[in-house]
Amino acid sequence: MSAKLELLSQALRNVFGRRLQSLVVERGEITIEVAAADYFEVARALRDHAGLRFAQLIDLSGVDYSTYGNGKWTGKRFASVAQLLSVVHNWRLRLRTFADDEAFPVIDSVCELWPGANWYEREAFDLYGILYSGHEDLRRILTDYGFSGHPLRKDFPVSGYTEMRYDPEAGRVVYQPVTIEPRENTPRIVREESYGDAGHG
Amino acid sequence: MAEIRNYTLNLGPQHPAAHGVLRLVLELDGEVVERADPHIGLLHRGTEKLAESRTWVQSVPYMDRLDYCSMMCNEHAYCLAVEKLLGIEVPERGRYIRTMFDEITRLLNHLMSLGSHGLDVGAMTMILYTFREREELMDVYEAVCGARMHAAYYRPGGVYRDLPDSMPRYETNRFKNEKLVKQLNAAREGSLLDFLDDFTERFPKCCDEYETLLTENRIWKQRTVGIGVVSPERALALGFTGPMLRGSGVAWDLRKKQPYAAYDAVDFDIPVGKNGDCYDRYLCRMAEMRQSNRIIRQCIAWLREHPGPVIVDNYKVAPPRREKMKSGMEELIHHFKLFSEGIHVPEGEVYAAIEHPKGEFGVYAISDGANKPYRIKLRSPGFPHLAAMDELARGHMIADVVAIIGTMDLVFGDIDR
Repeated sequence: MSAKLELLSQALRNVFGRRLQSLVVERGEITIEVAAADYFEVARALRDHAGLRFAQLIDLSGVDYSTYGNGKWTGKRFASVAQLLSVVHNWRLRLRTFADDEAFPVIDSVCELWPGANWYEREAFDLYGILYSGHEDLRRILTDYGFSGHPLRKDFPVSGYTEMRYDPEAGRVVYQPVTIEPRENTPRIVREESYGDAGHG
Repeated sequence: MAEIRNYTLNLGPQHPAAHGVLRLVLELDGEVVERADPHIGLLHRGTEKLAESRTWVQSVPYMDRLDYCSMMCNEHAYCLAVEKLLGIEVPERGRYIRTMFDEITRLLNHLMSLGSHGLDVGAMTMILYTFREREELMDVYEAVCGARMHAAYYRPGGVYRDLPDSMPRYETNRFKNEKLVKQLNAAREGSLLDFLDDFTERFPKCCDEYETLLTENRIWKQRTVGIGVVSPERALALGFTGPMLRGSGVAWDLRKKQPYAAYDAVDFDIPVGKNGDCYDRYLCRMAEMRQSNRIIRQCIAWLREHPGPVIVDNYKVAPPRREKMKSGMEELIHHFKLFSEGIHVPEGEVYAAIEHPKGEFGVYAISDGANKPYRIKLRSPGFPHLAAMDELARGHMIADVVAIIGTMDLVFGDIDR
């Protein structure tokens, strides 16, 4: 681990202490995980604390962990992952928090801290149905007007449920159930750990 | 007295100045914008969802279709993410080729953006000038990968093949006689590097031409100076990157601060603006083109001297050479497994970012150890820029909205994904 990462992870441990559920340093990147209840305050400290100074929220996205590792996932389902950047210290950090309730995932909005989070949270709401409490304008953003469902959830089919076509008789565009069959050309495979070892199989 | 109400105007989704399919709902007080509400998603193709059902390599061509004005840069970020997950190192020649093509892409993008920005605010000549040079760079794309736009040239582990020894040439037809063709082909007799060398020698002159057209142009300055001003603090808070951030005076460039490919070995400067308005951002892009030209020249010099492999020699990641595949059993099996099942990427998550011509383009990839990504999140630079539309346009005249759209350098392929 480089000195810089060591410095940052030490600073994070000092500032947050027990509030850090986990701190992982992997492939030269630091990921911290906090409880949904602490999320907003941790984010505020990340932005304002002199030793951290993450002035920029680079990205925020939702993740649906329900089919992770083809069913070996036992934790909570929805997470919100923010990528932060400190221009002053030249640091990056990934901040993850899981929503407590699977059926009604709610996470605090960080729009107040980083105004740039506005559209990212709208996007995560649109694609995953994660609700950001405190967001002023949580409308859908990428999907069609009047769309229902959250397309990036793992239980949403790639082909979707409705399709649109021009109906020459009605003289307008109509929506109808999809007519294409979902197909998978290459199956998704997670190999067991010893795969390819000598004497295996 | 009559009651005066705000007027709501719908700009787009099919407006020539909207750079694609932007629907902008503007609330106006006379001609002054009170509120701007961009509606995006009209070009949403679900790239992130599609990537989850494709193998890692199959998603590379989707990246071209994100920001279709800077194709190879998108691929670069994606390949970096996969390489970081796999923990592999690209051969040095591969890294230099990537650096060179990133800069060619930057030129392509800035030429497009300058030309269309000029066109939007009334400097019609710009696009004619910039497209002249853009066409030649498109030929470079074509020479190296066979496609003018959607290259799929970068692959996890390096680039698909080495630089070609010849350039495509013009042929005589009804419109081009022999004399003209000979003149057009003069620079195309040698290899791709010779052609680029010739181009980079001419290009600073072309930049001067663009500058004569715009930099001191009274109308251009009236349309851009003091329009869409962003303070450095505000630019950071809004998540701006690239020329939008540097135009406000923050010297932040990933090529320098967090170098990737061969950027730590080439010499270049970061142009920075002062006032954070449309004009400063224009100057930044202009200066960046000259810097890109410098980088390309250094890469050409290096590439001439250093032959070598361009992609990793690891059959689990990159396919074996065709001759070997046809004669060796081992190679044949690897080839088959690679193209049917794909790469197995170790479990983990990474965020890989590059300095895309428009800002920071990042790929957040989660792998659960399968032959397909578990989640790919594409961080497009235009997305936070457009999100700030309301803030930038408020209080400006309706005609300035077009100048602001131009300065943001919007391309809907990557905003809508």
